[in-house]
Amino acid sequence: METPYVIEMLHITKEFPGIVANDDISLSLRKGEIHALLGENGAGKSTLMSVLFGLYQPEKGEIKKNGKTVKIHNPNDANALGIGMVHQHFKLVECFSVLDNIILGVEPTKTGFLQRKEAREKVVALSKQYGLLVNPDAKIEDITVGMQQRVEILKMLYRENEILIFDEPTAVLTPQEIVDLMQIMRNLTKEGKSILFITHKLNEIMEVADRVSVLRRGHYIGSVDVKDTTKEMLSKMMVGRNVDFSVHKAPAKPTDIALEVKNLNVISPLSKKHVVNDVSFTVRKGEIVCVAGIEGNGQSELVYAITGLTDPDGGQVLMHGEDITTKPVRYRNDHGMAHIPEDRHKFGLILDYPLSFNMVLKKYHTKDFQNRGFIRFDKVNEYGENLIAQFDVRTSQGNKTLARSMSGGNQQKAIIAREVSTGGDLLVAVQLTRGLDVGAIEYIHKQIVKQRDEGKAVLMISLELDEVMDVSDRILVMFEGKIVAELDPKKTTIEELGIYMAGGKKETHEKGME
Amino acid sequence: MKKVWNKIVSGVRFFFSKAFWVDRVWIPLKRGVRYLFTKQFWKKALTSGGMESFAAALLAILAGLLVGFIIMLFTRPTVAWYGFLTMIGRGLFRAGAKGIGNWLYYVGPLLMCGLAVGFAFKTGLFNIGASGQYTVGMFCALVVGITGDIFGPFQWIVAVIAGMIGGTIWGFLPGFFKAYFNVNEVITAIMFNYIGMYSVNWIIKSSDTLYNSQKALTQRIDDNAFNPVLWLRNWFPESSVDIGFLLAIVIAIVIYIILNKTTFGYELKACGFNRNASKYGGINEKRSIISAMAISGGLAGIGGALFILAPGMASAGIFQGTYYEPADILLANGFNGISVALLGMSNPIGIIASTLFVTYIQRGGYYMQTYLFKEELIDIIVAVIIYFSAAALFVRQFVKKRLLRAKEKRYALAELDATPPPDVPLKQPEPSKESDR
Repeated sequence: METPYVIEMLHITKEFPGIVANDDISLSLRKGEIHALLGENGAGKSTLMSVLFGLYQPEKGEIKKNGKTVKIHNPNDANALGIGMVHQHFKLVECFSVLDNIILGVEPTKTGFLQRKEAREKVVALSKQYGLLVNPDAKIEDITVGMQQRVEILKMLYRENEILIFDEPTAVLTPQEIVDLMQIMRNLTKEGKSILFITHKLNEIMEVADRVSVLRRGHYIGSVDVKDTTKEMLSKMMVGRNVDFSVHKAPAKPTDIALEVKNLNVISPLSKKHVVNDVSFTVRKGEIVCVAGIEGNGQSELVYAITGLTDPDGGQVLMHGEDITTKPVRYRNDHGMAHIPEDRHKFGLILDYPLSFNMVLKKYHTKDFQNRGFIRFDKVNEYGENLIAQFDVRTSQGNKTLARSMSGGNQQKAIIAREVSTGGDLLVAVQLTRGLDVGAIEYIHKQIVKQRDEGKAVLMISLELDEVMDVSDRILVMFEGKIVAELDPKKTTIEELGIYMAGGKKETHEKGME
Repeated sequence: MKKVWNKIVSGVRFFFSKAFWVDRVWIPLKRGVRYLFTKQFWKKALTSGGMESFAAALLAILAGLLVGFIIMLFTRPTVAWYGFLTMIGRGLFRAGAKGIGNWLYYVGPLLMCGLAVGFAFKTGLFNIGASGQYTVGMFCALVVGITGDIFGPFQWIVAVIAGMIGGTIWGFLPGFFKAYFNVNEVITAIMFNYIGMYSVNWIIKSSDTLYNSQKALTQRIDDNAFNPVLWLRNWFPESSVDIGFLLAIVIAIVIYIILNKTTFGYELKACGFNRNASKYGGINEKRSIISAMAISGGLAGIGGALFILAPGMASAGIFQGTYYEPADILLANGFNGISVALLGMSNPIGIIASTLFVTYIQRGGYYMQTYLFKEELIDIIVAVIIYFSAAALFVRQFVKKRLLRAKEKRYALAELDATPPPDVPLKQPEPSKESDR
């Protein structure tokens, strides 16, 4: 029986305790197409792909390869059928070379000895064929995330996989790397590979995909040809309502200086380099200042120094004119600094505490929540319930829900609820919308603009160019630890911003830096 | 001779008889296992967290005892059953009030060590140094107990406080190195176990006031420094009981309150769960680590004090006292503290129960020696119990998930989507498949 589909997943149902992750989902992949799988966080995209890759066994449904029913019990079965997957978090051995990582598990041997030469020839040939340039002798820990992703792709190609699954491949990449990846994906399909591409970014789908299937809350909504659809239609299918992409905001009315950073320096303890190099800027109340830059150009360290998580190696941080450079974190928290951290699991939440305890993380020591050292549980619960209701944090057990058991979007909502309710007038927000879907992003952007309109100063750090352009009132571009440009989002373009971020251009008026 | 032989033959015959396997083994086992799979049992066991932990611990204990019994069957099959009965209580209760009093006598020091380890566990630290802290605490209490005559009637309380301070210092140091130099507390604490033990032995042996070289034991401490006995010896005559176990239980309750009801406990536990987030939340995480280790050490130190200050047996109205032998061995109570903390799931109230159980079975082991079983068997049983309690935890979570699945599924669906598509029928919980009855 001839069929145009290389893979058909029919009526797949996968249940987890308490939830049906995939409910009767059917998906078919044509040979040589890029098929995007679109859905919000928790819509069941990754589960469906894990079923295809053999990580989960579905309760119901069948999988067909070239029209024949197959059983995939584990990733080895998937491999044997020519199915490969690039996971969101790469599965590479850090201290091995690129070549060793690619051949790991399928090493060519002759009487027990490794035949590296043979393998190298094959890898070099593959990378030429598909335009995946990477040095086979470099160590994984020394190459960029984009390069690591290429290694993952080469791994699949080396194993001669025909069906390639990409699980949110662009989440970790810089804008330029994303463009490269799109090109690579096109090259792959030209050579007859079929690609399943999980994402919640509509732009990427419009650019590269041929067809798209949409999932929402475990249900299959539909499949459409990309050329017959629009971003608006897709987002409506994904979220179930119309989503407003543009951020509506009135012009900023900046007033007093809330935060002033003077000649701040941070030296990395490992490389002894100035990761933050002589940075100065101010943030006024009633404006959103955004620090844009490619990841790893010193933004994180800048935030750590401002919020007191590390001590700077020179320079000053002033809040409302007061020098807080050496003040402890508690002092800053109590005097009006709120901080939405970059890594919500590492810093933002105590995952094993219930939600109410997390909501009072910065306030439990105040008179409102304790009496002679004893926690006032009634007040804590009341406060937690209020925030949960006010910010629409979805939980299974309200206050008692462990933070660990919540979805990423709701965890972020909880942190935002806590931070904007601290009563401070300076908000430092880092990568607010990382890994969140359009519905949640829309909500969070509205909240941030609302905070600004209430007269708070907002310092935002973002890697997303769209977000930088839409939300901020002023843009500072950071490159290699320095502020290389200050831009007005109304008078600049994404392209110009991208050039500054890549270090291609420096502002003319900063003559001191040449 | 013939009598003994007959007994052995009848014993072996009984062991292979249908009656033994059916009546003594199969039927009770079947009943017990079947009950484990009934809905009533799990509903009951799952309705409350405490009940849940209790059921898990009980399962583990049964399993541990079963393993112990099997070992006994292999070593001395004829008397295994009597030895086993003696171990699980007959010996202790035959000794009556005296037996119970002697049991409680052992509770105090071990409970303090269990609390020390459990408290550290709750704050994310592994205090393997309880033995060293216990030894140093014991030494400080000993010094006050022998030389602190000027404290008069307060000599006991001063000695206990001295023990606490000694243990606190010995816990503080690993905490300090952990907080400021990021040295793993396990390594430092193990070193401090030896430093503490050898220093104490050295000082004791080089002082005639502290050391009786003829007996190779420490000197007797002053009467004023003995743990008060109060009315306890009236209840448990002829035993060694003193107020040590009561004091330890009170401290356990205080620790429970600190951990669960105070902001200090909130900070300590927060640091245990996530150091970075605690720092971000404004908690001084270095101070928290140091305080947690210092308090943990202080608890073990009190344990050491309660041990050395115990008045022990009374003969003709005179307390004989307790003595420490400065042999170059780490004291076992510090390590048994790890066992009881694990078995009590680090919960102070749970540790009270687990300590009562472990000391109980240890006493059983003491009486079991009349049947020529070795006391070491008890250590094997306790170790098996700890392994099984970890497994029971796993089994319990699994069963809980299975049982609550149907219910949660409906709940989650309703919550996820206010209007689920009409073609998705809500799944009804499957009718429970009860086996034959």
